Amino acid sequence: MSVLSVQGVWKSYGDRAVLRGIDLEVAAHEVVALIGASGSGKSTLLKTIDLLERVDDGRILLGGDDITDPRADPDGVRARIGVVFQSYNLFPHRTILDNVTLGLRAVHRVPRDEATRRGAELLERVGLADHASAYPDRLSGGQQQRAAIARAVAAGQELLLLDEVTSALDPLLVGEVLELVRELKADGTTIVMATHEMAFARDVADRVVFLDAGEVCEQGPPAQVLGAPREPRTRAFLARFLPS
Amino acid sequence: MTATEARRPSPIEVERQAFRRRQTARSVLVGAASTIVFAAAIALLILFSPGWPKVQQSFFDPVAWVGAWPRVWDGFLLNLQVLGISVVGVAVFATIIAFLRTLRGAVWFPARFLAAAYTDLFRGLPLIIVLYLVGFGIPGLLQQRVPVLVLGPVALIITYSAYVAEVIRAGIEAVHPSQRIAGRALGLTHGQTLRMVVLPQAIRKVTPPLMNDFISMQKDVGLISVLGAVDAVRAAQIETATWGNFTPYVLAGVLFVVLAWPMIRLTDWLSARMQRREQVGGAA
Repeated sequence: MSVLSVQGVWKSYGDRAVLRGIDLEVAAHEVVALIGASGSGKSTLLKTIDLLERVDDGRILLGGDDITDPRADPDGVRARIGVVFQSYNLFPHRTILDNVTLGLRAVHRVPRDEATRRGAELLERVGLADHASAYPDRLSGGQQQRAAIARAVAAGQELLLLDEVTSALDPLLVGEVLELVRELKADGTTIVMATHEMAFARDVADRVVFLDAGEVCEQGPPAQVLGAPREPRTRAFLARFLPS
Repeated sequence: MTATEARRPSPIEVERQAFRRRQTARSVLVGAASTIVFAAAIALLILFSPGWPKVQQSFFDPVAWVGAWPRVWDGFLLNLQVLGISVVGVAVFATIIAFLRTLRGAVWFPARFLAAAYTDLFRGLPLIIVLYLVGFGIPGLLQQRVPVLVLGPVALIITYSAYVAEVIRAGIEAVHPSQRIAGRALGLTHGQTLRMVVLPQAIRKVTPPLMNDFISMQKDVGLISVLGAVDAVRAAQIETATWGNFTPYVLAGVLFVVLAWPMIRLTDWLSARMQRREQVGGAA
């Protein structure tokens, strides 16, 4: 069964339809990269999956549960999904360890000692053990983003959404964040990521989905979509992106 | 894009919308029911309290209301004039104080110090004391009568500028430093940067607290009655003595509420709108 199943999702802002009947299946342990120009609907799709935006039509199933049903509890759904934003969005008034353990303690009701233990373990894994008691403003962008990823997976979420997590980073710092995503994949984390890093998508994703004007234009293995695109629109997009 | 208009919602979406409509209808019903029960409880509590007939007579007497109206209304117009002058004065004076506090450099130390001392002093000093000091001090200094249309605004401006200057300064400091740097990088001077780049953003950020101070000022103009001016409050006092009845105070109170209410709603609306905008910006 799919971890995530997006079925005919529509979303408009005013008169502008941003998502126009999106279908997407994501299997367990699969890493799916969403690519496409700005405004193609990548971020909006991620937002509808995390219920930050309400869909106008269609359904989204998470682990078989219809999360777009108005009877579903949105907070419960969000607790099952980890999200990492482009601009980290760490809480500036809390230490790195506190950032990572807040969800565990406040949402998942893990006792403080246990949460601290798990948080420290996670920080060790993402290479931030030395910064556990530091505040976010003391960290580099790459370190902050790694902390944000640790925060997003701290409770063992079923699905991880990454929204252009390297776009705000200095090129020198992109590598360390991508390396962490690679490790998460190796652990079997199910990931849907919007990205502009074509090389990374080719390298890490199991499947690349090209969105254009709110529709899934083409999808398939990275080598095929990025290497030998079938759709003219995909070719046009990639030609702009990967000047040869 | 024409496909959007022509598209019919799927049965799933139709069912969801129906469910949400039912939920909305239910919340409205629950809200209405709880409001009615609450209002009824309050009404019963008041109407059946032993002193109600007497209270009704001495606070809500229609005859005294109509009789007191002309004088209280005239007084209220005086309050409005004082308010109008004071608002303009506070806007100008508070901005100057806030500006002085942002000046950098050793040369400006006295200006910074004076501005800081000013806000410290007049935020600590009760308005009513300022009113007495101004109301009796200035005529004493000049050895002549000074109209209340001068004294009232002077006292209000002195006090409120101290608060408003601090609010504006908080707004100035809340504008991200990169904006100031961008302004200076264009070649704008400190003053130009402040006027053209920083202040417009600062004022937008602090509009809700500024409006709050404005609403507070609308009520505090009632305090000018201590200067002996026949404003709405003093007029109500006189009428109360005439009618042997407190209804004129209620009348004056109602006038002040009616004056403040549109501003209160406007403030709420503005804050809500700003919050929506910030959320849109944050999620993008």
